[in-house]
Amino acid sequence: MNHATHVPTSDAALAGGHGAPEAHGTAAEPGHGAGHTPGQTHPIGVYLKVWAYLFVLSTLSYLVDYFHVAGVMRWVLILTFMVLKAGLIVAIFMHMAWERMALVYAILVPPLALGTLIFLMWIEADYTFWTRILFLGGGS
Amino acid sequence: MEHREVTRPSVSAAEPGGVPQGLRDLAGDWAADQEVFRHVHWGKAMIWIFLLSDTFIFSSFLVSYMTMRASVTVPWPNPSEVFALTIAGQSIPLILIAIMTFVLISSSGTMAMAVNFGYRRNRRVTAALMLATALLGATFVSMQAFEWSKLIHEGVRPWGNPWGAAQFGACFFMITGFHGLHVSGGVIILVTVAIKVLRGHYDVSGDYSAVEIAGLYWHFVDLVWVFIFAFFYLW
Repeated sequence: MNHATHVPTSDAALAGGHGAPEAHGTAAEPGHGAGHTPGQTHPIGVYLKVWAYLFVLSTLSYLVDYFHVAGVMRWVLILTFMVLKAGLIVAIFMHMAWERMALVYAILVPPLALGTLIFLMWIEADYTFWTRILFLGGGS
Repeated sequence: MEHREVTRPSVSAAEPGGVPQGLRDLAGDWAADQEVFRHVHWGKAMIWIFLLSDTFIFSSFLVSYMTMRASVTVPWPNPSEVFALTIAGQSIPLILIAIMTFVLISSSGTMAMAVNFGYRRNRRVTAALMLATALLGATFVSMQAFEWSKLIHEGVRPWGNPWGAAQFGACFFMITGFHGLHVSGGVIILVTVAIKVLRGHYDVSGDYSAVEIAGLYWHFVDLVWVFIFAFFYLW
């Protein structure tokens, strides 16, 4: 296709045009969403719905603080709302739900290694805390 | 669907004591000279890999914050009170942070729709939505600047503060500062891409992926804020 000569003159002429970007080749991938081209075109309603969900979830997590929910309940609620929000953003806004498995796994699996870092640093923090308490006079 | 399978020397799966065929295929797919991310725009694969690395940077900040907060023996300043604002004579806890959260989420919403309209080749709406996103992003940074100056005025420093554990300031400035830097960079990228959209640059190339790539970066900035909001402000 000759890119350089195809200069659009109006938006209206383009609005209906839905060609796959050349870089991908033109073949629709079987088993890839509902035969989506790589262009990621979904109904606008999906985004508005997710937007509303994110608003509700943010409000709920703010209310956790506003009503001074404390203890285990506070952590459970905060983490639940956080995970739901993060999941919605990654899956819908960032289109992960419609991407190929090779890309999804390449991006979402490596961060699991962070669990090890968190675990190790948790032990380290505990050790530092008790060292300060027992040998450094409270550390203050 | 085209097959770009690279011919590999066939190894018999029945070979006694050999590696199972499935594992051979896995190694082959990643090691052979072929495209791993098939039908994925190269720019999209690259921005995802960049975002993966950025994930580790922000995770390092948040994990070091966890380490500091879990190891201090003096009380941690209560974010609910530190970030309270007095509006109309009433002290409302964390209100500025809540507003910032809604602003950033809204910017993510307008960005998602900009990507959608980009692929529909609707230049004006795409650019308008991107500029709206950039405006919301700039609003977010302004409110963060207000928050910073307020806290600095109240005596918060990276090495101490009036309310408790000295590490609070270091965590606050490092984490929110790095995030604010990302938002500021994002605003510049968005404005740049929006201008290119308006000028018809992507109609000439026929490829609107640049809008989606900018969008992925922007959504990531929002995603990071979700974690900062939960761990730093609400915990």
